[in-house]
Amino acid sequence: MTTTTQSDSGQPVYTGSGTPTGDEEVVLGFSDVDVRFSTEFGSVHAVKGVDLKVRPGEVVALVGESGSGKSVTSMTAMRLLPRNATIGGQVDVAGKEVGRLKESSMRRLRGNDVAMVFQEPMTALNPVLTIGTQMVESMELHGVARGATAWSRAIELLGMVGIPEPERQMKKYPHELSGGQRQRVVIAIAISCDPKVIIADEPTTALDVTVQADILDLLRSLKDKLNTGILLITHNMGVVADMADRVAVMFKGEIVERGTVEEVLLHPNHEYTKMLLGSVPRMGHGRGQMGISVKEEVDADAPLAIELKNLVIEYQRLGKAPFRAVDDVSFDVRQGEIVGLVGESGSGKSTIGRCALGLIPAASGEFRLLGENITGMKRSALKPLRKRIGVIFQDPAASLNPRLPIGECIAEPLVVHKVGSRKSREDKVYELLDAVQLPREVYNRYPHEVSGGQRQRISVARALTLDPELLVADEPTSALDVSVQARVLKIFSDLQEQFGFACLFISHDLAVIDLLAHKVVVLQNGKVVEAGPREQIMENPQQDYTQRLIAAAPVPDPVEQGRRRRERHELLREQGEEIVELKVDGEQFHQSAAQAKGEAQVVEVDDDGRTDGTTRR
Amino acid sequence: MTDSKRPDEPDPTPVASPVEEAYSVEKQIDLSQKSYSQGQLVVRRFFRHKGAMVSLFVLVFVTVMAFTSIGYGIIPNWWDKTFYDAGATVDGGRPTMQLWPFQIGEHPFGQDTIGKDYFALTMRGTQRSLIVAFAVGLLSTIIGTIIGAVAGFFRGWVEAILMRVTDLFIIIPLLVLAAVVGKMAEGIWWLALMLSLLTWTGLARLVRGEVLSLREREFVTAAEAIGTGPWRIIFKHILPNTVGTIIVSATLAIAATILLESALSFLGYGVQAPDTSLGLLISTYQNAFLTRPWLFWWPGLMILAIALSVNFLGDGLRDAFDPRQNRTAD
Repeated sequence: MTTTTQSDSGQPVYTGSGTPTGDEEVVLGFSDVDVRFSTEFGSVHAVKGVDLKVRPGEVVALVGESGSGKSVTSMTAMRLLPRNATIGGQVDVAGKEVGRLKESSMRRLRGNDVAMVFQEPMTALNPVLTIGTQMVESMELHGVARGATAWSRAIELLGMVGIPEPERQMKKYPHELSGGQRQRVVIAIAISCDPKVIIADEPTTALDVTVQADILDLLRSLKDKLNTGILLITHNMGVVADMADRVAVMFKGEIVERGTVEEVLLHPNHEYTKMLLGSVPRMGHGRGQMGISVKEEVDADAPLAIELKNLVIEYQRLGKAPFRAVDDVSFDVRQGEIVGLVGESGSGKSTIGRCALGLIPAASGEFRLLGENITGMKRSALKPLRKRIGVIFQDPAASLNPRLPIGECIAEPLVVHKVGSRKSREDKVYELLDAVQLPREVYNRYPHEVSGGQRQRISVARALTLDPELLVADEPTSALDVSVQARVLKIFSDLQEQFGFACLFISHDLAVIDLLAHKVVVLQNGKVVEAGPREQIMENPQQDYTQRLIAAAPVPDPVEQGRRRRERHELLREQGEEIVELKVDGEQFHQSAAQAKGEAQVVEVDDDGRTDGTTRR
Repeated sequence: MTDSKRPDEPDPTPVASPVEEAYSVEKQIDLSQKSYSQGQLVVRRFFRHKGAMVSLFVLVFVTVMAFTSIGYGIIPNWWDKTFYDAGATVDGGRPTMQLWPFQIGEHPFGQDTIGKDYFALTMRGTQRSLIVAFAVGLLSTIIGTIIGAVAGFFRGWVEAILMRVTDLFIIIPLLVLAAVVGKMAEGIWWLALMLSLLTWTGLARLVRGEVLSLREREFVTAAEAIGTGPWRIIFKHILPNTVGTIIVSATLAIAATILLESALSFLGYGVQAPDTSLGLLISTYQNAFLTRPWLFWWPGLMILAIALSVNFLGDGLRDAFDPRQNRTAD
């Protein structure tokens, strides 16, 4: 066991088996890596002396919030940093020092020894080339296989990562596949040259929870069967608990704590790690976490803020039948009640939110907002209703006008609805800034001068300017770092208790819903799967889909998460669903890859006289 | 996380504990730092742009000289000669201005073939050209911005009609159309109006494109959800975000108009004699290029100075308006 102790100087000292000792094989090693970026505003010290080693068949998680330098650290191994970066220290990939390699050897190293899985599979794949072309390309470039051999191997690889009907998918373009399938293709490309280490940079952040769980299963079986080392870069503590063997926590360019996953997640030593773990809402722990409380009792006779009856929303498509985004949805939200609208991408949850704001019309059914039916209502008739509704969007950077000072942003609803005088508006803005715990001095500053969580608090303030009876919050915290999210959620819940507004809380994060909502509505493909009080849905879900959804959400506790994973696999078996794993025999895979590379090496003339790129031990 | 805040009474101290503050990834808002409004920031950045400052100096110098030397309206003149009176030819009409030893002399820019003072003529031409250029720059920008913004925001049939009209204006050769309306125009202000009606098209398309992308941004959706009317959204939320594009385009329009007006006058369709403009001067004395080159150079130099400085000003303004240029205040 690793013992991470605090020395007198406050610097952590690392000893023990958590870090590999000298004679162990290391596939990826960072020693004293230091990265500076020179910008026009001076030098930025992004990474300050990072030491990290990844052994074969091991997952090392590099955890941190935005700006911690975790991605920059990983990029040094691929040597993919922009030109304005100055890199110090040493990075070794499969025994080769990256800093000393020639560009041609470096190209061979990428793919052959180290491969990457990116966050967004849509942008990682070229949209104008078919899946097959892209897979064959990577193999041909590295001399693993050519022509028809490469094609059949690509089909084999797609089969391995669990893509159904691989022959058919080979001729498809990236946009024709779902997000999870695209990420599997990226993983298939990554393993096509049998690398010794894979760098996975937030590999599941852009994916839905059930898909995330599948991809994590795939990555886990990949490391078990192929003995590949994985450097997992993530901000999600649940993913860490699910995947990692060892963890390093980064903060502002430095590793502040490291150790095995149990040590770091269960017995954190460093204040930052403690704070980080304390900010993660945990599935199954329900209310009362992180000091967030909501009034449990909602008056059963309270008037309805939202009442949906058989709502249908359609998007018109040119030359095709309209797309039904929301199909026969009925539920209601009482005054003072928070209703969590949960679903994966494409479930229609945001569409319902936009309809509630009067931004898109309903095709049929009834949408009663604060007692009035808004389907087919005119714009001018909608205006007085809008005065009573607030809205918070997902991306605080996009939802505030960059040209308006913060004070004017918050006062905008008052101006639009002609409420109060100039002085009273200003007072109201100051009052709201106090409520969201921002200094009054930000009144005349611009959104770009504050950071993400602060901007989202401004959004909350703006939403509450007119003391709304209903608040529509569309993924209000999913673009934020966990510690920032905790604070925004805290402020939000306090304000909800104070003002007692009804809230339609749209989120894909079940743990956040569990924390806040009184009632939960689970959506899938535009239809309501299950709806009911929070306790019922979260603790005793009846529908298969809800059960899968809840089982797939990871918790930041390796022991509990291990149990949850087994339970999920059992559940999937019961429901007759497949458990994702890499369908391959490890030994055979290595042999055929080594053989292919060996053959290719005979054909390929090494252009710079070095053999380090192609020779495999 | 310990918290003693009561919900009914906003607490001025933040809920975050000291540990959270120390390890927060949020930016510390430095309240000691002076806050600048957007306008102040733009002005500050603009005045730091060396190229723009030099250009501004040149442009102001040329403008002041043009309007005060021979006078304009109520502005009194300090140069004793006029652009229409011919005088006795001095030294074969050569420029009397010398750099060393410095002297201005009787006719600093020389005289034309019939003995008119060429300094007065050039100044008059510069006045005309500046008036046309700035009037057109302002008017065509207003027309183009409004048409582009309306088309981009309302979409549908409004956009279809407005953009087809724009296309119509674009496909007709500008010079031909300008020649026709220029001939019809009586006086310089009419000429400016007519030219504005022809040169708004490029900006309209640019603004429409910007508006199309801006109207999908969340802050516009948020404004709509609040209940903001379409015109307020256009003028308060969308157009301020296109200011960079508009300003740059306007300065380019001014520079292009200087050249267009010169070309028209050169062809004889713009400003008509006895009045004069820089283009007309060049046109009139194009044959004197070899014998009396100064008759060609002075108006040419003026065109160059104005067009160049206006372009540089546009550059400086674009840099100043770009909010992503988030310099740390020093």
